[in-house]
Amino acid sequence: MAWRLGRKKKDMPGGLWSKCSSCGTMIYTKELVANQNICTSCGFHHTLNAQRRMEITADPGTFQEYFADLAPQDRLQFVDSIPYSEKIEKAQKKTGNADACLTGLCEVKGHAVAIAIIDFSFMGGSMGEVVGEKITRTVELAQEKGLPVFIFSASGGARMHEGAISLMQMAKTCAVLQRFRKNGGFSVSIMTNPTTGGVTASFASVCDIMIGEPQALIGFAGPRVIQNTIRQDLPEGFQRSEFLLEKGQLDMIVSREEMRDRLSLLLDYAAAGKK
Amino acid sequence: MARKKLKTSSKPAALPFEQPIEDVRNRLKELESLAGKTAHDLTEEIAFYQERLTTLTQEVYGGLTAWNRVQVARHPNRPLTTDFIQYLFTDFVELHGDGLYGDDPAMVTGFATLEGRRLLLVAQRKGRDVKERLRCHFGSSHPEGYRKALSKMRLAERLQLPIVCLINTPGAYPGVGAEERGQARAIAENIHEMFGIQVPIVVVVIGEGGSGGALGIAIGDRVGMMENAWYSVISPEGCASILWHSADGKEEAAEALKLTANPMHDLGLVDQVIPEPVGGAHAHPKEAMRAVADQIDLWLTELEKLPLDALLEARYQKFRTIASAGSLVTSP
Repeated sequence: MAWRLGRKKKDMPGGLWSKCSSCGTMIYTKELVANQNICTSCGFHHTLNAQRRMEITADPGTFQEYFADLAPQDRLQFVDSIPYSEKIEKAQKKTGNADACLTGLCEVKGHAVAIAIIDFSFMGGSMGEVVGEKITRTVELAQEKGLPVFIFSASGGARMHEGAISLMQMAKTCAVLQRFRKNGGFSVSIMTNPTTGGVTASFASVCDIMIGEPQALIGFAGPRVIQNTIRQDLPEGFQRSEFLLEKGQLDMIVSREEMRDRLSLLLDYAAAGKK
Repeated sequence: MARKKLKTSSKPAALPFEQPIEDVRNRLKELESLAGKTAHDLTEEIAFYQERLTTLTQEVYGGLTAWNRVQVARHPNRPLTTDFIQYLFTDFVELHGDGLYGDDPAMVTGFATLEGRRLLLVAQRKGRDVKERLRCHFGSSHPEGYRKALSKMRLAERLQLPIVCLINTPGAYPGVGAEERGQARAIAENIHEMFGIQVPIVVVVIGEGGSGGALGIAIGDRVGMMENAWYSVISPEGCASILWHSADGKEEAAEALKLTANPMHDLGLVDQVIPEPVGGAHAHPKEAMRAVADQIDLWLTELEKLPLDALLEARYQKFRTIASAGSLVTSP
């Protein structure tokens, strides 16, 4: 479910100066961007859009986009304050993308990989038919080319406006990953702030390696929903990467600066046994 | 087959939209009890009200809104997992525990027999009375429930027993412990692993199909919904509170989500709508449960004929294609 998250809607970075939503420090926006959207004061990893994530992950000039032509449809004719179809158009204008997922092939420190990146700036990275389909096709592409697959998540969960169609994307993405694993594929899930709901409860949690970015909110139910259910304060650091690591739910936490090195090393290990 | 008597709830509860039906039913009862005590011949009047009861029930149930069906799905007298076990299945042997942490009462697993066929039953339990409902968290499973289900499904696979899953949950439990023990991961792993389980799996949504909490045991070769069940990515109240910051919009949300059986079938997301008697499963629980049993029997008979490769390939293709039509359209 696309839980509404506590954090302010404002995407980082904004104007000339940006305020860190974690520590409140004002940071010169150019400096924040140059620092991969990591707060120069407290180190909080702010959300990156998919294009920017690709830039800092792939070797320069290696990304080839696939499945860019898939666009969402309002199959339920869902209307809340405005029709879903208008919501899609707005998000498309804002981001310049057809939906919330960027997919294709690239190289990471010389390793060829299939890659899918969920774009939080497009309707909160919510998973509807297109996101589910693009993840699925990316895994199929990896299978066909004999490549490992990286999936970067940043999502409020399944997209309500597509009803049970979005729910079934959970089944579809898990199905393809199950087949991929059975056929010897290697998958890495990188969960970034925030990763919740139907995304956490499907493809993001069934990869061979599960990585969290520092302090990322990762969970099934949103913190507000839990608080409303149990009517108690939540423990310190609840649902953050560090908490999940302690509870045995993640393989590791990797900072943005170290991500490429770590992913590349993991690929070395994944390939080592096959020689 | 020997049928056990059903425990019925002490109070017959009428839903708000059922009140006109209830009024006629009460009038009929009055007349019937009066008939023995008075010299007047009430036969004609009783016949009139009997006829009225039938037509009114048909009228009301013929025009249910999506929200009305959600209410029927949650009716206190609707047959629950425990009723299915008691009435439909024989030789039930409950298998407890996930072997890791605990035994989730909201998820019942065990060997059961239906029409002479031995199988594994995986079913979500809501509980009938207050105590039982609290113990079962109103049918919301913890990770232990999903892990228990998976471990018993693996056992069924080893024993070559088919699997029947009955869905009835408002959603997986949103709590601190559930998150700490990996609720999302438990659900995801079940979905993932069910694609590899090498025996037939049939799934019926018997009441509420609340999101990932339902999907965690709903990867079936056949998936059916009872006529007045709902199955959705989010509950109508949850949807309304996110979109309009209040649960007041639940009726509009129920409509918008297309969460009832017929629209779900039209969208190709479930294979079959299992009809309920007029007046809902709570009015005629035995007939309603019988229809579910007949459908399960039919499906398992079909599925048992398939070679294993074909079974697994069809299961994969079903979920690979069911929700992929819209995205085949290319952007302008």
